[in-house]
Amino acid sequence: MGHNRQNLAAVFLKMLPSDCVVYREEELIPFECDGLSAYRKVPLIVLLPTTAVQVEIILKYCHQHKIVVVARGAGTGLSGGALPHEEGVLLSLARLNHIIEIDRDNRQARVEPGVRNLAVSEAAKPYGLYYAPDPSSQIACSIGGNVAENAGGVHCLKYGLTLHNVLQVTLITIDGERLTIGTTGLDNPGLDLLTLITGSEGMLGLVVEVVVKLLPIPERQQVALAAFDDVETAGLAVADIIAKGILPAGLEMMDNLSIRAAEDFVHAGYPTDAAAILLCEVDGSEDEVSEEIMRVRQILLDSGAREVRTAKDEAERVRFWAGRKNAFPAVGRLAPDYYCMDGTIPRNQLGKVLKMIAEMSEKYGLPCANVFHAGDGNLHPLILYDANNHGELEKAEEFGGEILELCVAVGGTITGEHGVGMEKINQMCAQFPDPELETFHAVKAVFDPHGLLNPGKAIPTLARCAEFGAMHVHAGKLRFPDLERF
Amino acid sequence: MTADQDQSLPLQQAVLDAHAETKPLRLVGSDSKAFYGRAPGDELFLSLSGNRGIVSYEPTELVITARGGTPLIEIEEALNEKGQMLPFEPPHFANSGTIGGAIAAGLSGPRRPWGGAPRDLLLGIKLLDGQGRILEFGGQVMKNVAGYDISRLMAGAMGTLGILLEVSVKILPKPSEEHTLIFQREADEARNLFIEMVGHSLPISATFSQGNQHGLRLSCNRQRLTRIQEKYGLMDATDSHGFWEELRDQKLDFFDQQKPLWRLSLQPTAQLKLSEPTLYEWSGAQRWVFTEQPPEEIRAQIESLGGHAVLFRNGDRSGDVFHPLHPRITEIQKGLKAVFDPKGLFNPGRHHPDY
Repeated sequence: MGHNRQNLAAVFLKMLPSDCVVYREEELIPFECDGLSAYRKVPLIVLLPTTAVQVEIILKYCHQHKIVVVARGAGTGLSGGALPHEEGVLLSLARLNHIIEIDRDNRQARVEPGVRNLAVSEAAKPYGLYYAPDPSSQIACSIGGNVAENAGGVHCLKYGLTLHNVLQVTLITIDGERLTIGTTGLDNPGLDLLTLITGSEGMLGLVVEVVVKLLPIPERQQVALAAFDDVETAGLAVADIIAKGILPAGLEMMDNLSIRAAEDFVHAGYPTDAAAILLCEVDGSEDEVSEEIMRVRQILLDSGAREVRTAKDEAERVRFWAGRKNAFPAVGRLAPDYYCMDGTIPRNQLGKVLKMIAEMSEKYGLPCANVFHAGDGNLHPLILYDANNHGELEKAEEFGGEILELCVAVGGTITGEHGVGMEKINQMCAQFPDPELETFHAVKAVFDPHGLLNPGKAIPTLARCAEFGAMHVHAGKLRFPDLERF
Repeated sequence: MTADQDQSLPLQQAVLDAHAETKPLRLVGSDSKAFYGRAPGDELFLSLSGNRGIVSYEPTELVITARGGTPLIEIEEALNEKGQMLPFEPPHFANSGTIGGAIAAGLSGPRRPWGGAPRDLLLGIKLLDGQGRILEFGGQVMKNVAGYDISRLMAGAMGTLGILLEVSVKILPKPSEEHTLIFQREADEARNLFIEMVGHSLPISATFSQGNQHGLRLSCNRQRLTRIQEKYGLMDATDSHGFWEELRDQKLDFFDQQKPLWRLSLQPTAQLKLSEPTLYEWSGAQRWVFTEQPPEEIRAQIESLGGHAVLFRNGDRSGDVFHPLHPRITEIQKGLKAVFDPKGLFNPGRHHPDY
């Protein structure tokens, strides 16, 4: 502790090319936050290596001198996972951004962590292949960040999360040793460490190379847009689609506030008077898709949709999706600030959860728009607030916290795809009892015994939870006492 | 039929006793995979098959939760009734097997490249660890990134990290039709055909090659099947009922040999130089070969191609049955073993010579 910025800069300037070292106060400011801008900290120093060897050198030094290291990808994360440490190095992997190989016959791509998600699909396109996980930030977010967060997207139900689409990573341990985790086959010997590394939020090691699985581009995609007069019916329609044996490529729901915001923003052609819309995409061969989309249409009508439209052409399909993919910025235009939550719930709890969120919205006096990866139960409530109004940010955080605890209470989780980071560290205490948290810490210690990688993120200390618990159990009562606990 | 029972508490007591006396345990479900992994020692048997029963199954949530000792057959029947399936198509071998054993062994059937492996489908667990603690990780939802993904780490761990009291597994709708095409082609011709086909968006759900005989499973209706056959010149192919189950459970004639059986896992197009006949699955990512060739030679060749080799059946089961690991990775795995089972009680030596 107590490392000095100037001295550290001098040390790293000897090891690395000068453009890899950022240490002037004004140049450090752009790195003070990631996609969750409510939390900001200026790091001691920012390092921007361009090769894996440089990453090794940096980590060896930091390990030897017990300097904290926070990894950063494209900085689009929504949970503060790349929030810098004031006493530490912020290690950006953005400049390791080469696509090393697209292997058509094996349907694999070998890429550096700074490569953008969408760039992989673009590079694979000439071979008729693509990379399936598509977080809404895919134009900007990096593969390394995707691995760190186990990023999802709108096609997870059918094509899985990052975890299901990564075959191998090259990991550099905190003491600078380079390890290959996973194989270019479909499994690996020993324990499956790739399952631990994926989604570990930069707490176990740094990923400097990734082999991802590529999939053949479907011959055709078609989407149906269904309008509903109440959200509960829309929720039940989702269950009906699945019960009929259909596995949609994408299945998304938006509530009225999100619909109106998206319509104003991108003019997707959404029915602005609907209480909820469902977007259901199917993909496959020409005639399979034609047949299946007609089945979907009928199921939606039978389930009480007031109107079902299928995209007339590719342009309309893209427009239908543009509304959903731009829902966050669209809602963002409704208020000076918005706070995006990321709970997952069993789908059959949707009606109840949305009703309770509406009640909370009234209680806190803050509007809340809901977009929902209905296929996999991942709910994104967007809380609208104005940080310039005294106390509103705190109120929004409190509201968000309550939503997440509700997700846990109905049998879900506090984060589906955005990660815990700094943001949901307290809610981890609501989800996990002490022995599970102790296990997480012990796993971390196997990889990083001195706790130098991204300290204070993802897993709360037991002391923090004790404090948080004392704060939240008012008069001996848990929140949502009337809900059955899972 | 044995009654459903939650035996968490008696099993917990058994582990606490073993912990107090530092007496290692051999964890046994239905023992259908006794041949697999390194040879067990003379540990005390702990039977897990009494802890059985489906805990919850709601078809529209696409998840089933069952106790570890639940027979696979029972789960598959329940799913089949609702038109659903375990996407990893677990091998049954001796027509038995439990869901806990299937996950712990981490093995998948012919559908693996398209349906996923146990590690892909495992959503949550109730784990009895080596200190007798009952811990819960993951849950019943598809997307969950809270904390490290401890659940999935259990898939393929051969029970060395803990007892799977309960597992929640993602399930999928069963294709309404599936068709098998068996055909004869020169090996190279078939290899190129498969590379071409899996690179396109086709409803392939299994592949097989051995010598000049090849097989494809297509999950689609008849019209589409015919069009695919026409397009790829497969009009001469014949159907074969029950073929994929026989392949999955290693009941094909090919598997009726006494020599050491190796499972090779590598990139689909990797070219190996082995003199013995090889059986290919997963469009080349999983291969089987009976050979007396020294393990070091096989492993050196596989390793140079970025894959790994498992001595699956027969042969010397006291050595490195699984592919030897990089020393640092061994160290990490030992560390993880110590987190979950500090006294080394569960299946010692079954997975790795050192723990």
